[in-house]
Amino acid sequence: MEDFTEPIVQIRQLTKSYRRGGQIISVLTNISFDINSGEFIALMGPSGSGKSTLLNLIAGIDKPDSGSLKVNGRDIATLSEADLADWRAANVGFIFQFYNLMPVLTAFENVELPLLLTRLSRDQRQERVELALSMVGLTDRVEHYPSELSGGQQQRVAIARAFITDPVILVADEPTGDLDRASADDILAMLQRLNREMGKTIIMVTHDPYAAKSAHSIRHLEKGELDVTNQ
Amino acid sequence: MYISIPLSYIWRNLIARKLTTLLTAGGMALVVFVFATVLMLEEGLRKTLVETGSPDNVIITRRSAGTEVQSVVDRDQAAIVENQPEVAYSTNGLRLASKETIVLISLAKRSSDKASNVLIRGVGQKGIELRPQVEIVEGRMFRPGSTEIIAGKSVAERYYGAGIGETLRFGQREWTVVGIMDAGKTGFDSEIWGDVDQLMQTFRRPVYSSVILKLNDPAAFSALKTRIETDPRLTLEVKLESVFYAEQSQLLANFIRYLGMMLSIIFSIGAIIGAMITMYASVANRATEIGTMRALGFRRNNILSAFLLEALMLGAAGGVVGLVLASFMQFFTISTMNWQSFSELAFSFTLNIAIITKSLAFALIMGGVGGFLPAARAAGLNIVDSLRAV
Ligand SMILES: Nc1ncnc2c1ncn2[C@@H]1O[C@H](COP(=O)(O)OP(=O)(O)O)[C@@H](O)[C@H]1O
Ligand SMILES: [Mg+2]
Repeated sequence: MEDFTEPIVQIRQLTKSYRRGGQIISVLTNISFDINSGEFIALMGPSGSGKSTLLNLIAGIDKPDSGSLKVNGRDIATLSEADLADWRAANVGFIFQFYNLMPVLTAFENVELPLLLTRLSRDQRQERVELALSMVGLTDRVEHYPSELSGGQQQRVAIARAFITDPVILVADEPTGDLDRASADDILAMLQRLNREMGKTIIMVTHDPYAAKSAHSIRHLEKGELDVTNQ
Repeated sequence: MYISIPLSYIWRNLIARKLTTLLTAGGMALVVFVFATVLMLEEGLRKTLVETGSPDNVIITRRSAGTEVQSVVDRDQAAIVENQPEVAYSTNGLRLASKETIVLISLAKRSSDKASNVLIRGVGQKGIELRPQVEIVEGRMFRPGSTEIIAGKSVAERYYGAGIGETLRFGQREWTVVGIMDAGKTGFDSEIWGDVDQLMQTFRRPVYSSVILKLNDPAAFSALKTRIETDPRLTLEVKLESVFYAEQSQLLANFIRYLGMMLSIIFSIGAIIGAMITMYASVANRATEIGTMRALGFRRNNILSAFLLEALMLGAAGGVVGLVLASFMQFFTISTMNWQSFSELAFSFTLNIAIITKSLAFALIMGGVGGFLPAARAAGLNIVDSLRAV
């Protein structure tokens, strides 16, 4: 990257632990690292190493115990819950392992959901949703419900939902974990396009080395600590 | 910023769980049905008795008699009352007053052969003129001085011998029904009317039960009341007819109301618990959805209102169904003993806007109360935890 702007994600001395039945489980200890704007990184590590926890912190759906967490210039660790909700709506796109679509909403309505939090008019929303669905190749599935779509198609709807608000970062937790190889390839190619063509910063958790190859760089988490390996 | 989860999304979640929604809303519908039916019954009774009285009619009975059945007004007293200056004149120059007598007789019901008390009213010549709501719909008025009688519509339908052309035997005489009166669903529909003098002779009664009179000016009521009630020769009580009949319905109306409200409250507790269980299950089943919505930027209060609305919709659905069922009750007439007059009284379930509003409000309250805790739980969920709950 030629530009010397501030990294889009800046993590310093981040610590997170969970309390379970009176016992404190330390998940992340003193993690510090940066992610530059436009980067596509894969977060790897054994199960239970804290990958999802780290991703959730960056995405602003969990709070660290200590340390600072700057995303897109905002220290999100200090935001109030309501402000954090608005911040997420504007800055983060989520992609989940099990797609997490609303079963009673059509593909169109699922993609439209985050736009209900914006000031866009009905017509503007429709225009955007149709464009997003055509970008993920689902023009002919607009009125379908999740149960009428394959896993790969559902994940494409989820991807459309993730970028519909034009967020600065996309977080994906095992986005191919529930898919067959061909569908997984589809999804990975789509993420790469979002990264390359739309400049989205992508943080993807995966334990699949093959999937990780789609990213620019891979970070390994091991027992709550990070070691950096560049591809 | 104004944000809300679309109603169609909430509605579709209810539709998606067909059976539970049906059962839960069905439970509420049942409660609303009971609730509305009781109000309709009370309203029907109120309407029947209150409208029996005309606003500018005055009824005079013996002091603290309460009902006409228990009242005694002797001939001298009746004559004094009839000639008070506040009493209106009819077109033929006579006073618009009717000295009446009340007799209870036992008649057999056409439906069950069981006997029940029916009120027979001996009326004067002006008796019908004083009750503009009473209309002869079949046959004719009885002739004065004869053993002819006319029967109220509901009596004619329900008792042997009370139909037009039929005869009844009481007081060791035969009485012929020559007319049917429609009193517009008021209490007179449950009475039989005959000539007051004939009836007094037959039953060997030397006294009247009451005097009904029309005021020449409604404002003159208190003057008349004061004069009669303070006259040492008279031991009488003066009431507006409408007030008199409203008081008669009080005991029965209260009984219906208390019984109905007790039933409604007990049933509604069941329905609320049902709604609560349904909504808790809905929250538990949709934890991931809730977590996802929150991750997308929806706030806790959006989730709270969505689930609360879902419960309210459930209540509203139950309310509408319950009211539709209750509205069919309007086709039924119920007859019961009015303990204050010791006679049978027929009245119907009456639905009005106030009852519709109350019933729907009751349904929404049930939904809201049942949905509040589950909605609060949904809103209180931690995002990460709910996303993990796969
Ligand atoms: N909400 C929670 N409560 C208690 N323990 C948790 C919670 N979330 C995660 N953990 C624990 O933290 C550790 C890291 O979890 P996670 O970040 O999901 O790992 P990964 O995604 O790498 O598999 C695990 O031991 C897990 O059991
Ligand atoms: Mg994980």
